[in-house]
Amino acid sequence: MRLALLAWRYLWARPLVAVLNLVLLSLGLASMTFVILASEQVEHAVQRDLAGIDLVVGAKGSPMQLILSGVFHLDSPTGNIPLGTVKLLRDHPLVARVVPLSLGDSLHGFRIVGTTREYLDLYGGQIELGRTWKIPLEAVLGADAAAELKLRPGDTFAGSHGLGMGGDEHDHYRYTVVGTLARTGTVLDRLVVTSTESVWAVHAHHGSAPAEAGQPADEHGDDHKDDHGHDGDHDAAHEDEDDPREVTLLLVSYRSPLAAVSLPRWVNTQPALQSAAPAFETARLMKMVGAGTEVLRGFGIVLLAAAGLSVFIGLYHAVRERQGDLAMMRMLGAPPRRVAALVVAEALWLALLGIIIGLVAGHAVTHLLGSYLQTERSLSLTGAWVSPWEAVVPAAAVLLALLSAALPAVRAFRLDVTKLLQAH
Amino acid sequence: MLEFQNLRHRYTPQVEVLFPDLRLAHGDHLLVLGASGSGKSTLLALIAGLLSPSSGHVRVEGTDVGSLRASARDAWRGATLGFVPQRLHLSPSLSVLHNLELPFVCAGEHVDGPRIATVMDHLGIGALAHRRPHELSVGQAHRVALARALLREPRLILADEPTASLDDEAANDALGLLRQAASETGATLVVATHDRRVTDWLPGAHVLRLAAARAP
Repeated sequence: MRLALLAWRYLWARPLVAVLNLVLLSLGLASMTFVILASEQVEHAVQRDLAGIDLVVGAKGSPMQLILSGVFHLDSPTGNIPLGTVKLLRDHPLVARVVPLSLGDSLHGFRIVGTTREYLDLYGGQIELGRTWKIPLEAVLGADAAAELKLRPGDTFAGSHGLGMGGDEHDHYRYTVVGTLARTGTVLDRLVVTSTESVWAVHAHHGSAPAEAGQPADEHGDDHKDDHGHDGDHDAAHEDEDDPREVTLLLVSYRSPLAAVSLPRWVNTQPALQSAAPAFETARLMKMVGAGTEVLRGFGIVLLAAAGLSVFIGLYHAVRERQGDLAMMRMLGAPPRRVAALVVAEALWLALLGIIIGLVAGHAVTHLLGSYLQTERSLSLTGAWVSPWEAVVPAAAVLLALLSAALPAVRAFRLDVTKLLQAH
Repeated sequence: MLEFQNLRHRYTPQVEVLFPDLRLAHGDHLLVLGASGSGKSTLLALIAGLLSPSSGHVRVEGTDVGSLRASARDAWRGATLGFVPQRLHLSPSLSVLHNLELPFVCAGEHVDGPRIATVMDHLGIGALAHRRPHELSVGQAHRVALARALLREPRLILADEPTASLDDEAANDALGLLRQAASETGATLVVATHDRRVTDWLPGAHVLRLAAARAP
C-alpha cells in the first residue's frame, strides 16, 4: 500500500510528463468508450425500429431511401402509391399485416405520420396520457415529441408542409392532441401519429399529395373541391381500384418465412411499386456507418499506441533518472521485485486515472452528441448507456500500462546497485 | 561483530583482490583507508551483501552474508545495516519526510511516524520535514541522510567517504554525528575514506589499509 503511495508521489514529481501521458491515454480510452457506446446504441436502435417489419413497399425509387424514410424517418419518401395497394397486399396469402404510412408533414421537425393503430402496436406504443385518435385531425405524440414541444392532450397545432423545419403551415386544419405515448426507445418517440384520414383531409384541401410536394403522383392535386367532397363520402374500409387516394408506403409483416423468397419479386413486378427488405438494407447501411466507426476505432488505437509509447519513454527516462533512488532503495532493503513493482505501480496509476477520465469523457461526448442529434430530430444517443463491452476499456488500459512498464521494470529489477553507489 | 575470513572478490577473470582477515568486537569501529580504486566500495558492497565473494566469508554477528539467499539478504540488509553513501542519494522527487519513510517502505514495513519524528528532532532537522532535498544546505542534507540510516536502529553503520567535499567544520560536524549515533546505539561504524582528517578523529578504531594495486 505504501509502495502505491510512493509510486503516486514519483508520478507527480514530474507533473508535465504525467499530464502528457494522462491526456494521451485518456483521449485514446475516451474514443474507445465512445465507439463502443455509439455503435452499440445505433445497432440497438436500428434493431428496435425494425421490429416486425419484414418488407417496406413504396413508390419506385431507391430501396435504401424507402427504408430510411419508412422505418427510421430520416430521408424523404420516394413518392406515393395508390390506396388500393393496401388491400392488394392484405389479401395476399403470405402477408400477415400491412401498416400504411402517409408522410409529408411535420411539426417543428417531428414528422407527422398518418397510419393505423397497428403502427403503435408494432413498436409497443402505450398511451401515457389521454387516448388514441378516433376521428380525423386527432393526433397522438411520441414521448420525445411531446416533451420537447410541450404539448398535452387538449392542445392544438397546425402541421407544416414538408419534412424539414420552416415549411408552410396548414393553418386551416388544426390538429388536436388527444394523447401522448410512453417512451418506447424507438423511432416512435420522435413522431406525431394520427390517422391516415387526417393526412388526407389536410392535403385534400391544401392540394398536394401526402408526400413531398411536386411528386408526379399528385395527379388530382388541382381539383380541391372535388377531392374534399370525395373524402367525406369515403371511409378507410372502402378501398377500390379506382380510388384516387394514396398512401406513402406500407410496412409489411410476413405470415411465413417463405414470403421472403417470392413476395419482394411479386411486388417489384407491380407497376409503380418497389419493395425493400429492411434487414438487407440496414446491413448495407451499417456497413457504410461501420466505415465511420472503423475510422474512429483506428484513431482510438493510434492514440492508445501513442499513449503507450509515451508512457514507456516516460518510465524509461524515469528509471534512468532515478537510478540513484532505486539503488538506494535496494540498499535500504528493498528486494529487486519491489523496486520493479514501484515502476509498474506508477504506470498502473496512470492507467487508473486514464480509465476514470476516459470513461467519463467517453460518456460525456456521447451525451453531448446525443443532445445535439436530438435537436436535429435524428438518432437517439445517450451518455447514460452502459455497455458490457466497456470492460474492454480498463482491460486495454491495464494491458497498455503493463506493456509500457515491462522494459523499464526489468531495468529497475536488474539495477547494478554497487556501481551506482560507488563514491565516484 | 564483523569478521572477514580469506575474503576475495574477482573483478574480472584475471583480476582478483584479497582482503586482509579481520575480527571486530561489538562497539569496535573500522576505518577502511585507501586511494580511490583500491576496493573500498567493493568491500562495503561485500559487507552489505550486494556483491558475493569469489571465496571466503563476511560474517556480521555470526551471519555469513554470502550464504544468505537473495531475498533474505535484502531483508537482512535493511534490518541490520545503516548506509550513508558519499553522494547521500536523497531522492529529489520526495520531501525530507517522505525520504525518511523509505527505509520502512523498502522493507515492506509499516511506516513508524513517531520514530521518524524522534530521529529528526534528535538530529535537529525536525523543521525540515516538508522541504525538498535541493532546498537543504550541505550540512542539513548530511543529517537527513544520517537520519535515514539510523531509523531502523542498525547494528552496523556503513559510511562511504562521509567527509568528501566537506570543509573542516562540516566534516567535523558530520563525523561527530556519526560517532555520537554509533555510541548511542552501540552500533559498529565502518568508515571508508581516504581523508586524513577521519584517521585522526576515530582514535582506537581498527584500520584496514587497502593497497591501490589489485592482486593478480
